[in-house]
Amino acid sequence: MSAHVAHHFDDATQQAHSATLGMWLFLATEVLFFGGMFLGYAQYRYLYPHAFAEGSHHLDVVLGTINTGILLASSLSVAMAIHGAQLGHRKTLIRLLVVTIVLGIAFLGIKAYEYWHKYQEHLVPGRRFDPHVPAGEAAPPPEMELFFSFYFTMTAVHALHMVIGIGVMIALVVMASRHRFSAEYYTPVEMSGLYWHFVDIVWVFLFPLLYLVG
Amino acid sequence: MSEKIVPPKTYYLVFGALLVLLMLTVAAAEIPNAALATTAAVTIAVTKALLIILFFMHVRYSSGVTMVFAAGGFLWLAIMFAFTTSDYLTRGERPFEHEQPPVTATTDTQGEMQP
Repeated sequence: MSAHVAHHFDDATQQAHSATLGMWLFLATEVLFFGGMFLGYAQYRYLYPHAFAEGSHHLDVVLGTINTGILLASSLSVAMAIHGAQLGHRKTLIRLLVVTIVLGIAFLGIKAYEYWHKYQEHLVPGRRFDPHVPAGEAAPPPEMELFFSFYFTMTAVHALHMVIGIGVMIALVVMASRHRFSAEYYTPVEMSGLYWHFVDIVWVFLFPLLYLVG
Repeated sequence: MSEKIVPPKTYYLVFGALLVLLMLTVAAAEIPNAALATTAAVTIAVTKALLIILFFMHVRYSSGVTMVFAAGGFLWLAIMFAFTTSDYLTRGERPFEHEQPPVTATTDTQGEMQP
């Protein structure tokens, strides 16, 4: 029996299978964690469609689209990194993990720029919330602040998941460079990939629901 | 590990499809009918999520038990959405009809409030 199989498993396949099940169970809790916020968003958008559309118009669709593309590309690089791991190509694995990390940091950089812009425009909910109203135009509905509460909460929790994901990817690079993985054993790479893809899926829903209303 | 190795071509095709769907969702935002636009946006997002789950996350090639685990979270999410939404959608008039607000504040006073 290989050295990487723990004593309570019959073989490597059974060990990998239980890791996959455990990871999906964790992801199910994540689905419900984010799901609660999406549910709140859905009900309040139903109550205040005009305010949500107005708030959405303040977001930069171009930056949002670029960031979605970046995350989709990072999912591809993770998938290809796992492919490299399956073939036992250590260099390919490390290179693609680094690509993923760079893409993840690029996403967070654009996100930070957007946050800074919203701060400048007084669109952060709270006492400083004071959207600019062009002369001759009607003031936005007061519930627009609610839209921005959802925007900041959901994107910040998502960004936190990105930060954790980047940390995990860095750990994988260190492990890979220490020859910890082989074509027979790469479970940590595969499980981290599942997490990364899940965070990508959350953004796939956040993008149209926040940036593309009305 | 005796897991099936997916050919890279599959990953590239899925990535291409995801980018096409991304363009489609940006275009769908121009649909004038709000209900239709939202339906299109959510349908495209679900399609993208399914592509990622089935191919990138290997669920298509996984055992039946893994598929059940993967579907489980979304099933409970659907139940939560169904029950909550059935409440809000059947309350008759929207309780806080604040839409198209009466413009009470004039642009002058708004202008003075600006720093």
